[in-house]
Amino acid sequence: MTGLLDLFFRSMFVENLALSFFLGMCTFLAVSKRVETAFGVGIAMIVVQTVTVPVNNLIYQYLLAPGALSWAGLGDVDLSFLSLIAFIGVIAAMVQVLEMTLEFHVPKLHRALGIFLPLITVNCAILGGSLFMVERSYGLTESVVYGFGSGIGWALAIVMLAAIRERIRYADIPEGLQGLGMTFVVAGLMSLGFMGFAGLG
Amino acid sequence: MAGKRWQTLVFPLIGDNPLTLQILGICSALAVTTSLDTALVMTIAVTCVLGMSGVSVSLLRKHLPRSIRIIVQITIIASLVIIVDLVLKAFFFEIGKRLSVFVGLIVTNCIVLGRAEGFAMRNGPLDSMLDGIGNGLGYGLVLMIVGAIRELLGHGSLFGMQILLPVSKGGGFEPLHLMLLPPSAFFIIACIIWFIRRKRPEQVEKPEFQVRLQTQGEQK
Repeated sequence: MTGLLDLFFRSMFVENLALSFFLGMCTFLAVSKRVETAFGVGIAMIVVQTVTVPVNNLIYQYLLAPGALSWAGLGDVDLSFLSLIAFIGVIAAMVQVLEMTLEFHVPKLHRALGIFLPLITVNCAILGGSLFMVERSYGLTESVVYGFGSGIGWALAIVMLAAIRERIRYADIPEGLQGLGMTFVVAGLMSLGFMGFAGLG
Repeated sequence: MAGKRWQTLVFPLIGDNPLTLQILGICSALAVTTSLDTALVMTIAVTCVLGMSGVSVSLLRKHLPRSIRIIVQITIIASLVIIVDLVLKAFFFEIGKRLSVFVGLIVTNCIVLGRAEGFAMRNGPLDSMLDGIGNGLGYGLVLMIVGAIRELLGHGSLFGMQILLPVSKGGGFEPLHLMLLPPSAFFIIACIIWFIRRKRPEQVEKPEFQVRLQTQGEQK
């Protein structure tokens, strides 16, 4: 139990996908102009990450990993080279399914998340989460915890960045740094702050 | 015509750089630049994928129904990335290991999909290939600059060759450990953006709010 709790906090703070692995940076920098939109993307990210990492884990364990097909009598088949295509397919499909389910059952939430869900498909943080799951060979429970934790971590980071950007909108910034340049500096400072969590491990 | 093709190849290097102006593909740019050799390998990998995906998407562009084009593009890109990944594993195992998941993440690198969708769907194969290679090189240029700065100041070496002798070995150079940590990449890229926009003022973003000077009587 403590192991899982440890993993949860580690994936949320120490190994923050956005600030220490630079994953999902494009979305991170592009949709962080306002806190509300950032919050929407953050929630979408948490949901998609929590669903896709375990699903990809199951697919990898029972279909793709070396020797995984032994239940079908194909013990020496190694399909792990297909994992990239399989993962991206699963992510795209899951996003689609999620969108339809939300639209049908929780139309309110769907309207709030609306445009962000398709955007999430090409977010590298999602694919990165699945690839890290394979690289570190997490089990099913661990991957649920990892997906949830890293999703929350990413959402936390983007909401914080958006809040800071709303503040510095009125600041007098040198001409060349306006917009993108300043966002990079702010993200760098935040990442420096998150490094402090590394000591907690 | 040759001049126009040359433009397609060269324009993305600085004038329309994918990293500093289009805000595409930043993720991998920050993560693989702790040393120059990983940056170089990543540049080559991305340029190959971009060039080849440009050609294949452009060849298929007249046969693709609009509704499924993104899925087809992603599948093409994913196949190309798998090839690159396998080649790296076969011939450059050490570096491939250090790049870890970032080779696989070329699939979701927005540059590739962005150029496929934005350029290759509307232009011929040769132009698309040039555009892909140009963008790959523009991406690589920033990557190499960041990689060189980080490796030189963090380890005192370039491509693993010791250039500045650190204090621990009797030299006069104190390695900056901050350069090896993630935040430094953000700062270096911010400086590069600043530098480019200094030289090319047309790239400067307009501020959302004008700061008004507080001197008396002077209204701006």
